[in-house]
Amino acid sequence: MDDRAIDIARLIPWLPALSAVVCGVCCTSRKLRVLAAPVCIAAIAAAFVLTLKAYPHVFDDHGHGVFHVSWLFTWIRVGGFTADMSYYLDPLTMVMLIVVTGVGTLVAIYAAGYMAGDRGYARFFAAVSLFIFAMTTLVMADNLVLLYLGWEGVGLCSYLLIGFYYDKPSAVAAAKKAFIVNRIGDLGFALGIFLTYHQFATVQFSELFQILATQPSEASTPVQIIPFLLMLGAFGKSAQLPLYVWLPDAMEGPTPVSALIHAATMVTAGVYMIARLFPLFELSPYALPTVAIVGTATALFAATIAMCQYDIKRIYAYSTISQLGYMFLGLGVASTTAAVFHLLTHAFFKALLFLTAGSVMHSLAGQLDLRHMSGMRRKMPVTCWLMFFGCLALAGFPFTAGFYSKDMILADTLQKGLTGHSTLYTVLAVAGLFVAFLTAFYTFRLWFRVFMGPTKYEMGQEHGHGADHHPDGVSSDIKVEHHHEPHEVNWLMNAPLLVLAAGALLAGYLAHHWIGDMIQGSSARPLRQAIGAHGAAHHATLFGMDLHLAMMYISSVIAVVGIATAAYFHWLNRGAADRVAAKWAGLVRVLANKYYVDELNDSVIVRPLRFIGYLCFVFDRLIIDGLVMTVGFVPRMFGLALRPAQRGALQGYGIGMATGTAVVVLLVLMVYF
Amino acid sequence: MPETIGLHSFILSHFLLTGAVVFALGLVGFLSRRNLIVMFLCTEMMFQGVAISLVAFSRYHANDTGQTFVIFVLTIAAAEAALALGLVVLLFRRKRTLDALAWSQLHG
Repeated sequence: MDDRAIDIARLIPWLPALSAVVCGVCCTSRKLRVLAAPVCIAAIAAAFVLTLKAYPHVFDDHGHGVFHVSWLFTWIRVGGFTADMSYYLDPLTMVMLIVVTGVGTLVAIYAAGYMAGDRGYARFFAAVSLFIFAMTTLVMADNLVLLYLGWEGVGLCSYLLIGFYYDKPSAVAAAKKAFIVNRIGDLGFALGIFLTYHQFATVQFSELFQILATQPSEASTPVQIIPFLLMLGAFGKSAQLPLYVWLPDAMEGPTPVSALIHAATMVTAGVYMIARLFPLFELSPYALPTVAIVGTATALFAATIAMCQYDIKRIYAYSTISQLGYMFLGLGVASTTAAVFHLLTHAFFKALLFLTAGSVMHSLAGQLDLRHMSGMRRKMPVTCWLMFFGCLALAGFPFTAGFYSKDMILADTLQKGLTGHSTLYTVLAVAGLFVAFLTAFYTFRLWFRVFMGPTKYEMGQEHGHGADHHPDGVSSDIKVEHHHEPHEVNWLMNAPLLVLAAGALLAGYLAHHWIGDMIQGSSARPLRQAIGAHGAAHHATLFGMDLHLAMMYISSVIAVVGIATAAYFHWLNRGAADRVAAKWAGLVRVLANKYYVDELNDSVIVRPLRFIGYLCFVFDRLIIDGLVMTVGFVPRMFGLALRPAQRGALQGYGIGMATGTAVVVLLVLMVYF
Repeated sequence: MPETIGLHSFILSHFLLTGAVVFALGLVGFLSRRNLIVMFLCTEMMFQGVAISLVAFSRYHANDTGQTFVIFVLTIAAAEAALALGLVVLLFRRKRTLDALAWSQLHG
């Protein structure tokens, strides 16, 4: 009985894979196209149900987490090397599956309404199904190679969906950028896998963890390099410094994609990977501090940029990078529970924020610029309040989801700083608190600008998501007609948002004990440097209070102050904001231009590479092609000389053949006789 | 035994010579005539010349493979004749002449 439910769990990735094929078939005909959305939603929802069915089986009778390895088929077996299509199911996998299939279902339902009338309707759902297949494979993989397969699969789907509007040059460029930047990180990941196999002679998690549990604490140098290589892959996929540049551009894709792939699931793959392989990261004394520093630096860096952006989706993109930075900080202080907890809550509230931003964009015909909209609450009251709840959670307002998870990360960081008398972690915790203030400020800057104040708006250029490029019969006519005026989106799109909003408000309160049990029962449990989020190591105090409690007070105050500041500058007294911006014009310009990182990359990396490419091109043209052309020239000249012999008369050819045969026969006779 | 004078008294070279003569006649005809149908008939003749040699060798070596092969050649030649005559008819309809020189545009 136990084994059956676990066996059924093997189907989780394959239902979306089947749906991808069916949706691909739906692409072929206009009549079938409408079927794509129901098929995709049903497949992801079925995967979610299977996840829930398998969920009780990752615990033993005492409620402790256990793992199951569920074998599906032989994939690669070469000599002693084994990488099978088999799945590793433990509580961490379950958390990830719930996020991926749960949020995936909600986003797919939203997208069924959002993408209606688009020419690529079926193609969109085929790619989303394929993405869910790759993502579930990634989180369920029982070996590094299968994880890498899923990892590349989600990268491919990300590429396909960023470049979804393939007739738009900026979307194509963004898709290529995402793919190429991820290649850099993935190279590190691949090398890390090679080195892991080289050192431990296995890539299977169950065997790997067994070996690691008995490793001496002083690991050899090659082993210490492994986490740094793996880290590079995580930084690329999860958009951390210096490989974050692709994520803001990835917002060229349709908004449901931004919500699902570039906020809730795929970009957290790096966090998952580090959590899953945590025993490996504990082998080096420098790996986790590096993760923590990079995470905090990214959080700070992205949050400051988000302050001065005007594009709603880009603000959320930088906010995602910043929140991912928090998760890496959590991992870096060996608080995997807090990191995965933030991953979970972030998936809810960031998906909600992106989807509500999509609703605003939907209703304003593609308008995303903060400066061109104001007071939208009268036009779209439901979206307004849904986004408000998402903003509260992102800002860390007391008792929302983001509040619990962010506090857990910051409190664990500070605890590590105070109990270990480590200046580094104390500084990181303070920086994290500052980022919390910035987060509250930029989040509500956006919300107050869009929904409060006098009602003013300019419509965008599109008549609904590219429907003007892709006229699609009747539906596009209806769209154009009701796009004269901003409107509330229909309930097909708002219903999933209600669920997400409930998650954004309640997930933190409901899950903050549960998540601890889940992570402590999985391979992400810190073995060596446990600071025990809820363990016995609780002796640091602050202001005479338990540290976690003190941190709750501090960050509540910070969140409220941040929101109040945003309210003053961006709702009550917008003139003051302009005066402050004018006073700090230089700083604002630097931030609005994202620290000129894209320009720097362009001149330091892209241009030299292009120059080298040009040199290769010249070499190819002159030397290689020149050689080939010379070789080709000689037979050409022969041909030119012999061509007049072909006169077009049939008898002429006949005589040629007969003479040739005769010559051959004569030669043969002369040789033999 | 004079009554046995018949095919048995012919030796292999007689048959080969016959085959060679038929082949040579066909070749000369192909090279000297410009009427497409006659040229086609000449190629058929060359075919038969070769077939005679094959049958002769087959008989000489007491091996039936050569004769089987000739049966196949004849069958294919029949099919090919139907096809080639059809082509000749088409060519004739285009130019209203059977002269092979009328089709000499494909020169180098």
